[in-house]
Amino acid sequence: MIIKQFGALFKARTMEYVRDRGTFYWSLLFPVFLVLGLAFAFSGGDDKLFKVGVVGVQDPSVALLGMEQVQLVPYPDAAAAAERLARHQIDFMIDFTASSFAINAESSKGRLVRDLFLAQQATAPDGSGNRAVTFSETVVTGKATRYVDWLVPGVIGMNMMFSSLFGVGFVIVRYRKNGVLKRFKATPVSALNFVSAQAASRLVIVLLTSVVVFAGTNAFLHFMMRGSYVNLLLLTVLGILCMISLGLVFASRMRSEEMANGVLNIVTFPMLALSGVFFSLEGSPQILRTVSRAFPLTHFIEAARKIMLDGAGLAAIAPNLLVLGALTVVFLAIGSALFQWE
Amino acid sequence: MSDILRIEGLSKRYGSVQAVDDVSFGIPEGICFGLLGPNGAGKTTTIEIMEGITAPSAGRVLFRGQPIGKGFKAKVGIQFQSTALPEFITVKETLELFSSFYDRPRPMAEVVELCSLADILERDNQKLSGGQRQRMLLALAIIPMPEVVFLDEPTTGLDPQARRNFWDLIGRIKAERTTVILTTHYMDEAQLLCDRVAIMDRGKILDIDTPEALLAKHFRGVLIRLPYDGCCSDALSGFEGLVTRADSIELQTETLDRSLKDLLAAKVNLEGLSIHKPNLEDLFIKLTGNALRT
Repeated sequence: MIIKQFGALFKARTMEYVRDRGTFYWSLLFPVFLVLGLAFAFSGGDDKLFKVGVVGVQDPSVALLGMEQVQLVPYPDAAAAAERLARHQIDFMIDFTASSFAINAESSKGRLVRDLFLAQQATAPDGSGNRAVTFSETVVTGKATRYVDWLVPGVIGMNMMFSSLFGVGFVIVRYRKNGVLKRFKATPVSALNFVSAQAASRLVIVLLTSVVVFAGTNAFLHFMMRGSYVNLLLLTVLGILCMISLGLVFASRMRSEEMANGVLNIVTFPMLALSGVFFSLEGSPQILRTVSRAFPLTHFIEAARKIMLDGAGLAAIAPNLLVLGALTVVFLAIGSALFQWE
Repeated sequence: MSDILRIEGLSKRYGSVQAVDDVSFGIPEGICFGLLGPNGAGKTTTIEIMEGITAPSAGRVLFRGQPIGKGFKAKVGIQFQSTALPEFITVKETLELFSSFYDRPRPMAEVVELCSLADILERDNQKLSGGQRQRMLLALAIIPMPEVVFLDEPTTGLDPQARRNFWDLIGRIKAERTTVILTTHYMDEAQLLCDRVAIMDRGKILDIDTPEALLAKHFRGVLIRLPYDGCCSDALSGFEGLVTRADSIELQTETLDRSLKDLLAAKVNLEGLSIHKPNLEDLFIKLTGNALRT
């Protein structure tokens, strides 16, 4: 009986979405255009500088460091710098603590800087007029991460957030306002069954939309994918569930669409700004970074980037998965405790 | 016949508003019961408490002698005053959806036949006219093969043709011996459909009985109505059973011939005079002291 009710509610809600052409195309096309547009906008015009990562106390006699064309990026340790080097975020690194330098074998810019560096070091005296310390060479490998590779988890996460929060939160509030919920209340359907069917329908819709958006943009842009698609899918399901649960919290009581719209915007905009959708929060004030740890979107995007760009496995993204799982449970508990038909 | 539903000492307060004030009555099985009253009388609150949708502040509702419980929702059909339907699905799909909620729903063909939905089955819920919508909502109410059907102002806002069609449908449901509980502020509707009516205003039941008994109790004879122009109050002062309203004077009489002659003798201008048998509307106005606040 419960399964029959669930199935019928699921079907009705899904048809409502598919037949609402405006929303349907919007939720598919908007993210595709956003990814393609931003990919185009950020494709050319990289700055002319060489970026050189430095670790440890800089030796002023190293001529490379003083060059106008070189931007220095200090790192606390060699591992952090090597990581950036592997992703082509810097072209070259010098580790003064180990007297070594490193290049990325796949970066021609890096090789150019190395040749320059070695040539300078061969002729330059050190501070006391002696020959410079010799630096040993190490090599890392790694494909260049384009902005768009980094961006796509953000855009899919953003789309997921809007579609889940508004598709569940806003729609249930509208049902409450116009009396659809009251009509369901007058039937033997339980609130739990009704809400579960709404959530399940939205989960399938958002998951399919995310897959289509990813596949659609991937066909043009060929994203870097170093991890497993299965893990990415798993993460996406959990991320959507978490967002839908958050939507249910807002859907539990509110009866005004305007109010719901306002509150959902208040929730989505900080997430949009602070969860690293379009730009990294590295270097922003600590307080913002701390706040962003509370947002489900931060954990989804972070974990998705780890899978795609670093090839992370489930163990590596376990902290993100745990936070998403815990938030989902908390949101569901609050939502079901507060829920009222009317 | 035993009461299928009874309410005892029902009260409902919203903030400082006493919507329903200590109301008690019973509804025998198989009848059409009308709850009449102007807007804001407390009809909807009362019927929604009986439906189990709204919790009362005080009092209780008994279904076949027992407080309404878990299985109640599967045994009643409800048509609310204003309900939106799920969007982007058709009438047929909506009927299927609601059928899935019940263990033994009424066969779809029967619902379609009873509520004359055959022509609009494939139509989107959003594209229904007022009358079609009400038929659709009635269909949702009878899907569970209910023992009681609640209809809250089902014909409000419909054109005269659609109202008459709707009365036909209610007649078919009554013919199945289903108990029908109806609220309305249309007295002609109540007179036509209801076996028993309660007249309600300001949260209280003013009177309750069969329409015939109520009329017999409150009126004798016929009503003579005259336009009122303010001129003849002196000439009329000697008449008994006279009620003066803003634009008319009403005289209740059991001896029509005598009263007419008296009016002539008093030299009252009889231009515009009308005589009619008292109906529920007259009763309503008499009991509430108001013209219908529609």
